[in-house]
Amino acid sequence: MITVENLSKQYGATTVVDSVSMVIERNSISVIVGTSGSGKSTLLRMINRLVEPTSGRVLIDGNDTASEPAHLLRRRIGYAIQSHGLFPHRTVAENIATVPRLLAWDEARVGARVDELLQVFQLDPCEFAGKFPHQLSGGQQQRVGVARALAAEPSVLLMDEPFGALDPIIRAKAQDDLLDIQRRFGTTIVLVTHDMDEAFRLGNRVAVMSHGRVLQYDRPTVLLTRPADPFVSRMTGIADRAMRLLSLTTAGEAAVPGASDGPAIAASASLRDALSELVWRGAESAAVIDADGTPCGRLTVEAILAHGRPG
Amino acid sequence: MATTIPRLHRIDRLGALISAVGAAALVFLPFVVFKANRILPGDPRSLMEVLPTWAGLACQAILILVGVAALGISNPRIRLAAALLGVVVVAMAVASAGNALTPTGNKVVRVAPGSGFWVLVVALGLMATDAITRLRPRPGVRVLLLVLFAAVAGFTLALGAFDNLSVMREYAANAGRFAREGRQHVVLALGSLAAAVIVALPLGIVCHRVPRLRAGILGTLNVIQTIPAIALFGILMAPLGALAAAVPLAAQLGIRGIGAAPAVIALFLYSLLPVVANTDAGLKRVSPAAVEAARGMGMTSWQILTGVELILALPVILTGIRIVLVQNIGLVTIAALIGGGGLGVFVFQGIGQTAIDLVLLGAIPTVALAFSAAVVLDALVEIMDRARQ
Repeated sequence: MITVENLSKQYGATTVVDSVSMVIERNSISVIVGTSGSGKSTLLRMINRLVEPTSGRVLIDGNDTASEPAHLLRRRIGYAIQSHGLFPHRTVAENIATVPRLLAWDEARVGARVDELLQVFQLDPCEFAGKFPHQLSGGQQQRVGVARALAAEPSVLLMDEPFGALDPIIRAKAQDDLLDIQRRFGTTIVLVTHDMDEAFRLGNRVAVMSHGRVLQYDRPTVLLTRPADPFVSRMTGIADRAMRLLSLTTAGEAAVPGASDGPAIAASASLRDALSELVWRGAESAAVIDADGTPCGRLTVEAILAHGRPG
Repeated sequence: MATTIPRLHRIDRLGALISAVGAAALVFLPFVVFKANRILPGDPRSLMEVLPTWAGLACQAILILVGVAALGISNPRIRLAAALLGVVVVAMAVASAGNALTPTGNKVVRVAPGSGFWVLVVALGLMATDAITRLRPRPGVRVLLLVLFAAVAGFTLALGAFDNLSVMREYAANAGRFAREGRQHVVLALGSLAAAVIVALPLGIVCHRVPRLRAGILGTLNVIQTIPAIALFGILMAPLGALAAAVPLAAQLGIRGIGAAPAVIALFLYSLLPVVANTDAGLKRVSPAAVEAARGMGMTSWQILTGVELILALPVILTGIRIVLVQNIGLVTIAALIGGGGLGVFVFQGIGQTAIDLVLLGAIPTVALAFSAAVVLDALVEIMDRARQ
């Protein structure tokens, strides 16, 4: 758990982050979203003290982060950035091994961890361990960057626009992978982005920032249905807010007992996708099945539409 | 067909220049100069005059073939082989000219390679280096070629093949001093370089880290660079002389107004700018994302500097060191003016005695040293750059 208390950062007369307080739950993904210049990156960088706060403090599991030297703190916190920042003179394996080596792990453990991470990120260790970053595609570099951030098994991972440089298809895949990895390692992730779709897709909770202040920090559904500030509604989008709301619930969650004809819809599909499918088919309802093919009920257009209304 | 015919008929431009210059040298310039003693003006002799007719004709025929290769053959391997064949032929011709023109046992007459010989050697050397460049050999291969060439040249000299040529006559008369001054030359060049690197690396890092100091440091070093070497020796003479007079220990260490001390200090000062500027430029080239990530992962400033920044900047820093080394090897020559020693001793002695052969005894090894240093360090820079992209 990360507790941010009255955190502020001023550069001269300019206040970049203005008295932010928030609690980031263990094993969750919190996304900080805002326009450029909103102070979101500075807020993130104050958590691992790449930026020293002017006032306020950050506690990780109850311990004040200011109580130990910054470089030792950072070795316990994963950090991934947009342009991945891989060391061009080191191989993929050496890059991933950076923090474990700083922590003086024995070489056998380092090697085992590097292999494990490469496999988790779908990079064959035999093929990729010895390659240099410039020999990888953009998507592969990004995966190695995240693998490197996770190498020393940090309980907290900070990500600053980690998928900003990827094209849309690779980005969607990277987001799915991140969700898988978060579930697998139970890492607490704080991610900064300017992309509201990404925030809604990844975040258990989303903080909307503007001019150094967190305007609202809540579950995506609440951001949509009860925006605390006109700026939040503008950020989340007014025209398609019903569709966004639908995208936050899965077919499995909305299914009601019963059966229906025609091809079934996957329980993991969002209601937005389910609605689109039904409109396309011209059908009123469809059956829902889970990943094993077990039926879990039916879904009607009317029920879906009900989910798209606030309250 | 349309695409292949022009290629067959294309004339190599550099080859044309080399052939034209070589042919002109062969026809119009003296191949050797015969002198009754070492300071008298010489009597020019052409290739045909100094070799037996058959040998002269064979020599010219081979050189014409080399010229044809330079003009019309695009395969760089063949061009390189032709150029090297040309060098061997010209070297053999000048060696036998020396032997033929020197009466047995006569130590007074001098047979000096003439301007024709030197122009031919330069043209063939240009052809060879151009062919090597076109072959794009790996850096290790280039160093190997250099070593091979040096070994062949050294072996031929050791065998005494050129002993009747004027430069080797001067060498024979000065062999002991030549070894001593050659060593001194290398020590002065490398010593001042090492001292400069020790000071310039931290200065370069300061320039990169503290932008406020950058202009001041580089500006000062720039001013030093503009002072002519002789003037700098003069400027250093008075304070070092005073120091030696005031501090006996300094005098015991060899620090005097003249000699090696001002030479080393001047070379050291000249060496600073390239290394400082290149360290600064090299550090600037390091990806900011890599440094940001390194900090974010908990590397200390020292670990980032030594493990990431300096290593990524190394090819650029080495380029600076290459500039300094080549520059120093040349500049050391002037140190002889103030008693600093080095191969310049022969150059200035030769000028004083109007004995051009003695000048060459100092100048040729200096050029060879500078060239070798450039080849070796270029190879090193390329290896670093390849490994680190």
